[in-house]
Amino acid sequence: MSKWPEATEERARAIIAQYPNRRSAVMPLLYLAMSEEGYLTEAGMAGVAELVGITPAQVLSVASFYTMYKLEPVGRYLISCCTSISCMLLGSDDVLDALEEEIGVASGQVDSEGLIGLEHAECIGACGGAPAVQVNYELIEGINPEKARQLVEWLRKARPEVINTDEMQSLFGGRPSFDWAIAEDVGAVGPYPAYEPFGTVRSSTE
Amino acid sequence: MVEHPTDSHTLERYQATGGYAAAKRAVSMTRDELVEAVKSSGLLGRGGAAFSAGLKWSFLGPARPAYLVVNGDESEPGTFKDRQLLERDPHQLIEGVIITAIANEVHHAFIYIRGEYPKPARRVQQAVEEAYRQGYLGQGIFDTDFDLEVIVHLGAGAYICGEETALINSLEGLRGEPRLKPPYFPAAVGLYNKPTIVNNVETLSNLPHILNDGVDAFKALGHEADTGTFLFSVSGHVEKPGNYELPHGLTWRELIFDVAGGVPNGRKLKTWIPGGASAPWFVPPDHLDLPITKDDTAKAGSMLGSGAVVVMNDSTCVVRAAERVVRFFAHESCGQCTPCREGTSWLELILRRIESGQGREVDVDLLLDVSDNISVGLAWPPKMTTICPLGPSAVSPIISIIKYFKDEVMAHIHDSRCPLIA
Repeated sequence: MSKWPEATEERARAIIAQYPNRRSAVMPLLYLAMSEEGYLTEAGMAGVAELVGITPAQVLSVASFYTMYKLEPVGRYLISCCTSISCMLLGSDDVLDALEEEIGVASGQVDSEGLIGLEHAECIGACGGAPAVQVNYELIEGINPEKARQLVEWLRKARPEVINTDEMQSLFGGRPSFDWAIAEDVGAVGPYPAYEPFGTVRSSTE
Repeated sequence: MVEHPTDSHTLERYQATGGYAAAKRAVSMTRDELVEAVKSSGLLGRGGAAFSAGLKWSFLGPARPAYLVVNGDESEPGTFKDRQLLERDPHQLIEGVIITAIANEVHHAFIYIRGEYPKPARRVQQAVEEAYRQGYLGQGIFDTDFDLEVIVHLGAGAYICGEETALINSLEGLRGEPRLKPPYFPAAVGLYNKPTIVNNVETLSNLPHILNDGVDAFKALGHEADTGTFLFSVSGHVEKPGNYELPHGLTWRELIFDVAGGVPNGRKLKTWIPGGASAPWFVPPDHLDLPITKDDTAKAGSMLGSGAVVVMNDSTCVVRAAERVVRFFAHESCGQCTPCREGTSWLELILRRIESGQGREVDVDLLLDVSDNISVGLAWPPKMTTICPLGPSAVSPIISIIKYFKDEVMAHIHDSRCPLIA
């Protein structure tokens, strides 16, 4: 697949080799494709199809099913604001309003700069620390409208290379669902999960 | 994890506190011994369906290879207990995986973790790698000739993939749509059409303790038929939200007011969801003194489900709360079955109309009619018209607010606004 760097393609092959059936690798490979271009392009999905050995239509059928596979750009920092029942009870709708105002877009859109995307999310499993948001799927628990505005300001000014959950929690978070106990020194670099086998984890201390 | 918070997720700490002793013993036990132990322990699945884990194992078909799939797709609103287990105690899960693999002749296990849990996934991946390095996973585990490969697989945002057959489809690289049971009971025809055990994270995390402490001790930890402990995720309007490991048998009053510290800010308890977004609601005073057991909850017309308890105080507009839950199901419907695909969307739209002050006199009957299309006779437990229970789940909040808060619903319709907003 000419578009992907050699290292990514090697990583893709290693992932495929893990599964008893190649088609199972379509999900992780879609994340690899997202990590190359920030979202899923037709070319990216065609690349996945070629490596896995299925058709681009079959890849699209999977990509279009899941919320985290983005078929349009979502910015460099994707803010997902949970609005499910527990977060709603604890004020998530005010947090979402504040985010919309501060970023200057409605939920589901990206700012004019293409820097920050905003979406509402269904339950992200942070109910004990409601309301909760994620930036590139890294969690902040116990946020409020004021801190949410500060988060946007920080993303715009500091433009962090790596999104680290513990750093964000200490700057903008409040009560967590449970004791996080130990901080990580790694984080995310785009709107997809920071996960070592995908090559999408970066150190946040260097 | 309480005593050793900073390294409870490491192999070193897990072993130092007795970890992997059960797995070491399991390797030299027979399949029958292990299945029997889990059956007699009374361990029920902790993902929401509460089906006997040992019985499920005993249904495993004869074809080989057989597979184990760990359901870490925790997405039921209000639930966050598997997250804590994955993040803070991944080796406990891995040990449970090993025991299950040995009991079921499985040499390939998949740990499916929802995509929105990258930190738990990182912790599990690190733990898997530690276990491989130690020889507890891979070729010839614990110096036997039993091979066990474990693959961590990330989801990508789809609640329905928590349904075991949808999870299997997702893992196969297909759209995460549920399969019809029968014939697609995973134990018979599962992953890659082979016999497959699908178990929840918490269910498997219990296994080392069952083997280490023995079946009787495990039963004694619990309450009558509800053996062992149960993880409750308590959230909403409570002083102390969080995950609580408790035996069954306490009352809702004790859970909400003692364990979770009661309703803060001088507010009163209005209603609560006893078992995740799919569960019909409970109300004070009727349900407060019910014991929290699988059977008592079922008899009272609800379920414990995933253990998610969502508490609402008297500032809550029940129409708004119901709409939020129904919206979730409408969003997450996979679309295969007409009653669910069409019904959940219509329920959401009608509720939204009522909430926004544009409800009509006929809307309550309409809600019940649409609900009946999805969940025939509004029976509990639901009679299935759809391939999976997501559709009927969406009906739960509708029935609850009409049953317990009809006045509030009608006030929205008659006054064209929410009575709680001044």
